[in-house]
Amino acid sequence: MSQIALWGAVELGLVYAFVAIGVFLAFRVLDFPDLTVDGSFPLGAAVTAVLIIAGVNPWIAAGVAMVAGAAAGMVTAMLNVRFKILNLLASILTMIALFSVNLRVMGKPNVALINADTMLSPFFGLGLREFYVRPLFIGVLVLVAVIVVWRFLESDAGLAMRATGANARMARAQGVDTNKQIYLGMAISNALVAFGGALFAQTNGFADVTSGVGTIVVGLAAVIIGETLLGARGILIALIGCVLGSILYRIAIQLALSTDMLGLQASDLNFVTAVLVTFALILPRLRRGGAA
Amino acid sequence: MISVKNIQVVFGKGTPLQKQALNGVDLTIEQGSFVTVIGSNGAGKSTLLGVLAGDVLPSAGQVTIGKTDVTRKGTAARAGLVARVFQDPLTGSCGALSIEENLALAAKRGEARGLMAALGPKRREHFRERIAELNLGLENRMGDRMDLLSGGQRQAVSLVMATLAGSEVLLLDEHTAALDPGMAEFVMNLTQKIVSERKLTTMMVTHSMRQALDYGHRTVMLHGGEIVLDVAGDSRKELQVEDLIAMFRRIRGQTLDDDALLIG
Repeated sequence: MSQIALWGAVELGLVYAFVAIGVFLAFRVLDFPDLTVDGSFPLGAAVTAVLIIAGVNPWIAAGVAMVAGAAAGMVTAMLNVRFKILNLLASILTMIALFSVNLRVMGKPNVALINADTMLSPFFGLGLREFYVRPLFIGVLVLVAVIVVWRFLESDAGLAMRATGANARMARAQGVDTNKQIYLGMAISNALVAFGGALFAQTNGFADVTSGVGTIVVGLAAVIIGETLLGARGILIALIGCVLGSILYRIAIQLALSTDMLGLQASDLNFVTAVLVTFALILPRLRRGGAA
Repeated sequence: MISVKNIQVVFGKGTPLQKQALNGVDLTIEQGSFVTVIGSNGAGKSTLLGVLAGDVLPSAGQVTIGKTDVTRKGTAARAGLVARVFQDPLTGSCGALSIEENLALAAKRGEARGLMAALGPKRREHFRERIAELNLGLENRMGDRMDLLSGGQRQAVSLVMATLAGSEVLLLDEHTAALDPGMAEFVMNLTQKIVSERKLTTMMVTHSMRQALDYGHRTVMLHGGEIVLDVAGDSRKELQVEDLIAMFRRIRGQTLDDDALLIG
């Protein structure tokens, strides 16, 4: 694997770290199996791409993408909380609706951002080579997200959200409005995922309506790989695990696809993903079995 | 103070399984009074507690806690007035959170929760002191996850949690029923100490007639959704467990006779 390929994998892993943190919030903190992300990731990409082409500042475009993602999350939350639709099904409904919404937003299946100014543009030409600048820049954003989410989850408000997912009955007895927490949590989760989508569009130079397919699997893979590697040792470690898991997942994929001996090609990506996730899931069991 | 007036609760209304869980219950518990509630299965004890906690909203009647009419308020909305310890140790606290995180959650019961760190050094120290009073050695395990504790330890911590934030009433829902006898006694003594020190208005639902008579100032017996016995003061002091059992038998016998009549 070339150095450029390695840094490319790291960069993509860092972009998807936002997805991993969002998935962590929904699946682990709120215990809400949320597939909305397959729609909110390309939604973030679509919104940011369309706005940048319309001449909007790329930072503001990414901010609007987050708002759009939050709105998508709130729709899923409303279907579940207000209309009592099973959480998984509620998220699937939002997800398929978003496919059409994303086409409407872009007006076509694919929008290119070639030569447009992005969040990264000011940092090119400062002397560092481009394939270093990109992961470095995204890494800083990921660091900020990790710190903000960590401090939130260890605040009074964050404890209320964690209790909602872990023991809703107890949370209500402590005065926590668990319905509000689900709205809030789903909004934050999908805003992060949409921001990941916005970054994806800005770093890859396009937004595509199909780019959301499998987002949830990638996010879950990152969360699970992180948990397998670092174990359950508190919120900060779990968040670092999400980031690490996301990067390692991309490197592993890159390795598998670029190792000629294995004879794999790009179209084998989904199969490799399934094998990787399965491996991450059974690894803790194998370890325990070995110790016993 | 707690006051419930003419409470009606019907489960499964309009279905063949319709059940009148509470039928016109009137009960006033004065400020600082400790009332124990007994009754057989299905008598309405848990429903009454649920009506006070907000889990069950009555179809008729009025519920007042302190000076607030809470009849139509849900559990979360009235949590600032109600502290509660559940029967199942797993329900009352969050297994996935640490001991001190559970305490931080309970310390803000019924209050707005902001973005300040839940565990500042001051709060940590305060929680540590409160847990150290239990003499269970848990003060050295404040960062441990709650699900590493035994049922008894969790109930003891739940009692501390119930007293961290101010409340009008303390509701105890058979909170020693799931514990071994030794731990049950420990938790009961702790309950007694906390209730008398803090002069809490308390309602304790229990299966144990011994507990019902040994603790508190007043005992209420429910049957078929109605209050069939309400004793306090000297007449309660003279009451023995045997008397209660005899009353239980008599009431049960009556219902048996009723059934026999219906079938006949």
